[in-house]
Amino acid sequence: MKFVSDPNSRMRTSPSVARLLLQAAGIVVILATSATATFAAATDVLGYDDARHLLARTGFGPTDAEVRAYAPLTREAAVAKLLKETRTAALTPPPEQVFDSGPLRYPNPESSTAEEKKAFAQQQTREGLALRAWWVREMIVTPSPLTERMTLFWHNHFVSSQAKVRLARLMYRQNVALRAHATANFGDLLHAMAKDPAMLVYLDGVRSRKGAPNENFAREVMELFTLGEGRYAEQDIKEAARAFTGWSVDRQSGEFLFRPRVHDYGVKTVFGKSAAFDGDDVLELLLARPETAQRVTAKLWREFVSPDPDPTEVRSIATRFAASRYDIKTVLSDLLLCDAFYASENRGTLVKSPTELVVGTMRSFALEADASVALAIATATMGQNLMAPPNVKGWPGGEAWINTNTLLARKQFVDRVTRAEGQRRTRAAMTPATDATNPTANPSMPAEGAMRRLSGIDFDSARFLAQFPGATMKERGQWAQRLLLPVGPQGDDPPNDVDAIVRALLFDTAYQLK
Amino acid sequence: MTMDRRTFLQSSLSAAALQSLGAAFPSLAFAAAPPVSSTAASYRNLLVLIELSGGNDGLNTVVPYADPAYYALRPKIAIARDDVVQLSDRAGLHPALAPLEPLWRSKELAVLQGIGYPAPNLSHFRSIEIWDTASSSDAYLTDGWLTRAFAAAPAPRAFAADGIVIGSNAMGPLAGSGTRAVALSNTDNFLRQARLAAPGGEPRNRAYRHILTVEADIVQAAMKLDTRHAFATEFPQGAFGNAIKTACQVIASPSGVAVVRLSLAGFDTHGAQAPTQMRLLGELGRGIVALKSALDELARWNDTLILTYAEFGRRPRENLSAGTDHGTANTHFALGGRVNGGFYGEAPMLDRLSGDGNLAHALDFREVYATVLERWWGLPSQPTLGKRFAPVPFVRA
Repeated sequence: MKFVSDPNSRMRTSPSVARLLLQAAGIVVILATSATATFAAATDVLGYDDARHLLARTGFGPTDAEVRAYAPLTREAAVAKLLKETRTAALTPPPEQVFDSGPLRYPNPESSTAEEKKAFAQQQTREGLALRAWWVREMIVTPSPLTERMTLFWHNHFVSSQAKVRLARLMYRQNVALRAHATANFGDLLHAMAKDPAMLVYLDGVRSRKGAPNENFAREVMELFTLGEGRYAEQDIKEAARAFTGWSVDRQSGEFLFRPRVHDYGVKTVFGKSAAFDGDDVLELLLARPETAQRVTAKLWREFVSPDPDPTEVRSIATRFAASRYDIKTVLSDLLLCDAFYASENRGTLVKSPTELVVGTMRSFALEADASVALAIATATMGQNLMAPPNVKGWPGGEAWINTNTLLARKQFVDRVTRAEGQRRTRAAMTPATDATNPTANPSMPAEGAMRRLSGIDFDSARFLAQFPGATMKERGQWAQRLLLPVGPQGDDPPNDVDAIVRALLFDTAYQLK
Repeated sequence: MTMDRRTFLQSSLSAAALQSLGAAFPSLAFAAAPPVSSTAASYRNLLVLIELSGGNDGLNTVVPYADPAYYALRPKIAIARDDVVQLSDRAGLHPALAPLEPLWRSKELAVLQGIGYPAPNLSHFRSIEIWDTASSSDAYLTDGWLTRAFAAAPAPRAFAADGIVIGSNAMGPLAGSGTRAVALSNTDNFLRQARLAAPGGEPRNRAYRHILTVEADIVQAAMKLDTRHAFATEFPQGAFGNAIKTACQVIASPSGVAVVRLSLAGFDTHGAQAPTQMRLLGELGRGIVALKSALDELARWNDTLILTYAEFGRRPRENLSAGTDHGTANTHFALGGRVNGGFYGEAPMLDRLSGDGNLAHALDFREVYATVLERWWGLPSQPTLGKRFAPVPFVRA
């Protein structure tokens, strides 16, 4: 009985007190699974609208062809296919300079000159932008959008930001780790993130040593990554912080490094249990608590199902999640098969994140991903600067995505992309926007330059509409609406002109929703 | 251009659209705006916030020129005694702020010293979030402090907005929902982009309704902003001068606004601080003087309060790059026709630095916010700030 699925990871060490305690806890979890959720017994096939809903909620904007491929499947077969096609590595090769594996080379704050510090900052800005563009491109071209959605979900759960970590390379490696575990095992992911170099920098683990433990990671791992606020005592944090001392980063390789000389080997008392816990033991104690599965399940519900989790359903799905030793495919499958997922009152109730809006538009219209630098800047302008969430709590999401500023940025994005149509033949090829904005700072004023570069995108309303069946433009427009909008359009009378039909759909309030 | 835009907005909001909008949002039925309540009337007192983004070095802004410890800590970057604009026998302004001296003499400039908060955070991002949300160091709040204030006591409906954010993408103290806050860099651009906003459709759920509300805020602001006022004041060249001009155009609009937030960025002076800070404080000083001149033209100087703020101050000891690193307590300004000029808080005590070489704070920034809420607007401050903070008497009601 263990919560880590890889038998070669850490489980060869002799079982500690904590692990024995966990075995007992695991048995309780399994016994509790008899109270299962109500799952749909659907034997019918999805049909176009439900297939569209499933793909829009689990990916970015689906294409008509993708929807038609899923429409003949049952709910179970569709979810099984989605999960089977998930990946553990990116399709596209990383930007070279970010992949570079030389020593860390943080400038020494005491001895570096202002020029050296400036050069370092500029290099990280450049690499950070390349990294963001790479990820946006991966999201656009991946055959498994769910993999990227889950990578993004975990990026916003196990938050680290380049604003503090600074080295784009560490952010890249964290992104690789998030993807490797994205749909695998939450326990493994938690252990990996606790030892992740970017995380160790972001939450000050590298500064934590015996006698002077830094409580930052210990606090956030309980408050944000597992249990949730109020489900632990301050003393638990202080004691847990001691267990994580000595977890550090090798300044040469940038890899995790355990420094035994600064680790506190003493006895700690966490959640009323006393032993010479190390960091992994503390994580196992957290995984043994039912609140962890409940909190992660509720957060996944808000990501995929609706803004208001159903407490009863969440509890029973969380129980199965814990009983599966935190198998992420199990919890995803349960969430995507529960009745609430398809309930009509939950359609169009979630606000698309800027990334979903941008990547979804590119995917739905099968547009080339060449403009990914400008697209990454566009998401930042809309309030989601990838690799730089605003704080350790991540982007709050939901309605908080929309204010006057970000809504106009969203509309301007749609405007730029669709207006490109009339202009593209007269425009020169795009040039990368490396200087357009500093992605490690708060995005500066609506990066007009980046938005302008979007005009080079090869948007073609007529080509888009031509893929739909129907003799008249009106019929094709209706299919386009079924593909693009989660709920009905705002006007009763769609325009009849090819360009205007598509523009009206993209400017529809419902296009901001999923 | 302006007339075209107006015509466009009005025609794009067809009678039917207006009607459905009005049904969905009774508050948007423009003709039937409710009378201004007595509480809201205090929003005739305008607040102008100027963020000195990056963390302005307060010690070189209001210089303790009589303190030998100051010169000992800053052998390279200290402002020479002969260069400061003396305000008292102990403190003087950075020479680039000389344009503000007349306001000091007329007692319309208050110097707030030692502003900070307990357990200071030295991250730009986290610390400005603490300031913007008026949280304590260990709490994470989502909404800005002004958002919370306006959610409880909105500005009159006739106002173009509760607050306008100029020249920054981050809404700062106006972040979150519950306030009519509009961000723009330039009024012409905003009015052009606002054409893309056309609230429509039945609000079928909470998210949909929220989008319609925000969209309506944009349309309302665009319709109500009349930016045709011609100022005699000459505004300074450059981005900040343009932002000041935009702010004045917004303020001149007869519809009104309760808060204008401006940003001047670049104060993160880790290296070669002197020329950068000289340039930025020069922009600030000239900008404030132009702002006062324009407000005088509008006869608004006496009901305007200008406050500067930043995420933190800088470390008293200069670093090896002739710059300064992130610090804690800082000095800020309050200006306006009803400001009680003088010093508030506590002059920096350079002989009593913390273990990491930083200043202890004397004034909590939330005491400044309490002053705005209670003294300037006549609102209770405790609901917005979460606990009791005593106002500071630097402004008259």
